[in-house]
Amino acid sequence: MQAGTPLFPVQASTMASRVDNLYFFLIALSAFFTVLIVALVAYFAVKYRRRRVDEIGAPIHGSLALELVWTGIPLILAMVLFVWGASVYFALARPPAETLDIYAVGKQWMWKFQHREGQREINTLHVPANVPVRMIITAEDVLHSLYIPSFRVKMDAIPGRYTQLWFTATRTGEYHVFCAEYCGTNHSGMIGSVYVMEPEQYQAWLGGGGAPQGASLAQTGEQLFTQLACVTCHTGGPTQRGPALNGLLGSTVTLEGGQSVTATPAYVRESILEPMAKVVAGYPPIMPTFQGQVSEEQILALTEYIKSLPAQGGGAHGGAAPAGAPAGTQPAVPDGGTAVPPGSQQPQR
Amino acid sequence: MSPEITPVTTAGAHILARGAVMPARHYLNESGGWKSWLLTTDHKRIGLLYLFSITVFFFLGGLFALAVRLELLTPAGDLMSADMYNRAFTMHGIIMVFFFLIPSIPATLGNFLLPLMLGAKDLAFPRINLLSWYLFIIGGLFAVASLIGGGVDTGWTFYAPYSSMASNSRVLTGAVGVFITGFSSILTGLNFIVTTHRMRAPGMTWMKVPLFVWSHYATSLIFILGTPVVAITILLVAYERVMRVGIFDPSIGGDPVLFQHLFWFYSHPAVYIMVLPGMGVISEVISAFSRKPIFGYSFVAFSSLAIAVIGFLVWGHHMFVAGETPYSALMFSILSYLVAIPSAIKTFNWTATLYKGSISYETPMLYAFGFLGLFLMGGLTGLFVAAIAVDVHVHDTYFVVAHFHYIMVGGTLMAYLGGIHYWWPKITGKLYPEGWAKLSALLVFVGFNLTFFPQFIVGYLGMPRRYHMYPPEFQVWNVLSTAGATILGVGYVFPMVYLAWSWKYGKPAGDNPFNVKGLEWETTSPPPTFNFDRTPVVTDATYSYAPQKEVNVG
Repeated sequence: MQAGTPLFPVQASTMASRVDNLYFFLIALSAFFTVLIVALVAYFAVKYRRRRVDEIGAPIHGSLALELVWTGIPLILAMVLFVWGASVYFALARPPAETLDIYAVGKQWMWKFQHREGQREINTLHVPANVPVRMIITAEDVLHSLYIPSFRVKMDAIPGRYTQLWFTATRTGEYHVFCAEYCGTNHSGMIGSVYVMEPEQYQAWLGGGGAPQGASLAQTGEQLFTQLACVTCHTGGPTQRGPALNGLLGSTVTLEGGQSVTATPAYVRESILEPMAKVVAGYPPIMPTFQGQVSEEQILALTEYIKSLPAQGGGAHGGAAPAGAPAGTQPAVPDGGTAVPPGSQQPQR
Repeated sequence: MSPEITPVTTAGAHILARGAVMPARHYLNESGGWKSWLLTTDHKRIGLLYLFSITVFFFLGGLFALAVRLELLTPAGDLMSADMYNRAFTMHGIIMVFFFLIPSIPATLGNFLLPLMLGAKDLAFPRINLLSWYLFIIGGLFAVASLIGGGVDTGWTFYAPYSSMASNSRVLTGAVGVFITGFSSILTGLNFIVTTHRMRAPGMTWMKVPLFVWSHYATSLIFILGTPVVAITILLVAYERVMRVGIFDPSIGGDPVLFQHLFWFYSHPAVYIMVLPGMGVISEVISAFSRKPIFGYSFVAFSSLAIAVIGFLVWGHHMFVAGETPYSALMFSILSYLVAIPSAIKTFNWTATLYKGSISYETPMLYAFGFLGLFLMGGLTGLFVAAIAVDVHVHDTYFVVAHFHYIMVGGTLMAYLGGIHYWWPKITGKLYPEGWAKLSALLVFVGFNLTFFPQFIVGYLGMPRRYHMYPPEFQVWNVLSTAGATILGVGYVFPMVYLAWSWKYGKPAGDNPFNVKGLEWETTSPPPTFNFDRTPVVTDATYSYAPQKEVNVG
């Protein structure tokens, strides 16, 4: 990627230079204090070297003024670093409102990436340049950590939770993706490549060779919704024994017992795996658990499907309609690449 | 260089000790036979029992480090299998952290010196002191048993749910070892605190307590407040592993991030357990070899306590990318910057102590100089990882590995070696060979930097830690690192050999070969079993080298 032996990785995202600038400032600051202390120690050590066997040092016990100086200056510098580091971090931690969402599932010992349009990849990830991309991350077994050094981003993949990171890639090319959290035997084999492409190429890739099955993630979810018989209770029809799921994500759900929760993907996941944990008010606690019957990726597909349902709640819409007909509410990814219906989801951290 | 007319002499211990003889009776020859050692309640003998045991563990841990460095010489996994490699770095970490670094200075030098420095006959609870050594050994035997049974492969951090559900290595045996050893720390801490409160010699007010004791007091606070937490955490991992009760594993209802909170609540303060005693050693050595009181005594003393207290509030900085909310990340970041300030204060005070001193360059002082440089770099790179945005990038990379080795090895181990050399004449009554010692101090310093400095670079480049294989562009830095580790290894073997040699063949040291202050130097070398023939009465301020009217003990 770079000629010779680089001292820092390629800057391939909008955040990379901001992180590096702070890093360079830290290096300059450290170099200053290292030189200062080493020079003082060396100077004193030579100038005040012992010249007679019985020589003793001057009886100096301290100086309050000096103590205040070398407490105060480091404190001020530390606070500068804190504010700088925190402000760059806030930019890293908060994705823009409109992002292209891609799911990442860590599993011993591979990264599985799932595009909403249906493409699935293992240990390779294709993303468009100059488009904010949000990775929604979870793990199937133990902890992993999604790390792309050239983008200066990293986030742990935690089983049972959704975490996220975002980046806007700025340079096309191939970059490393690593697992940074030790995960067992082949931890160091859990690596792959991120391919940053021009947005048009990315569109071509989405529609072309990389997509054998052709079904979008929401369509896969829809099929699962039928296969797993979720459709029996959750369609809002006359046989309804569970709540309808239209416009669920992002909405506030009132639970049995009066509490209310915001419906996040983590809430959907929990409701599939542990239906009794949060029972919606007004419905009997009869849903069986799907623990062991659905994989993390299938849960993501189901969530995408639920997200794709039209927002008007309660109506007998075509939830179980044939594949490919989610009534135009699932926007195709436009050239700009923003695929999130406004106000749709906010994954739990 | 020097235009001075006065003849320049590098007079050291060898000249001062000329004509010294060993005392007729001392703690080493008072009684003999294995029972007199294994059933001893003498803090000095227990200190030596620890010295011997942790040296064995250090050697073991070092062998694993060597295996890791050899494997990383090439990008491919060619020397050992991935499973073997994972066990090698895990056993390196577990042994070095729990069985060497944590007990290193407190259990050896601390045990030996605390009563001597306070003018006491022994620690407050001599039998509990012996018990703590036995607990350490029992814990150590479990660690060795886990090793013989195939080792542990979870990393020294035992992160769940890998440790509790996934790993098929000897997690349980290793965890029990760490659990038991923890009680040895707790008992040592208890003993030190009570001793410091209750057994100071007449006249030794709190503000006259040597800084070595202050730092051990702060360390002991962490021992007794922090260690129970890690003990409980490890017990919970074992419970989940055996009973399948969901505590940390989400597939049975647990929370893996809870483990990290509990683990780092102890293990971050544990870093200060490792480095605070080292700071105590450095305060003593710098004052002694400048023949000058420490600059800003009370600031150095209270900064130890500040580190111990604030150190309990920063654990979340290990979890910036573990799904922590941005607001908790902010709190943990600012607290991490605050805990750096007391260390900065110490560093400036040590530097200022040299000003107008009478500085000599015996081996302990060389280690102190080395400590200053390496601890400085370890501390400054701590500012990098406290900056959340930078930590997101370098977390779990070799940058962090380099950072904590600069603190734990560059700091603690340099201080430990410096302290062992400084008090060796007191411990054994013999002088160590100065030339060999200086050579190994140099080797350790050069080898250390060559080993760990390249890891900062390869870490920022993005090489994750705990990688058995790695992309080839990282190789050059790994080759440098392995080369450095080889030099470092030689630098460690030398002292093991020449110190053992000097115990038998070294020249007698005399009571105070470096001609320095401190109650430990006012008794014979080696000291009698009960340390002082007459209880000393303290009248001078600590580290008072200036010619005052000589007040003799008794």
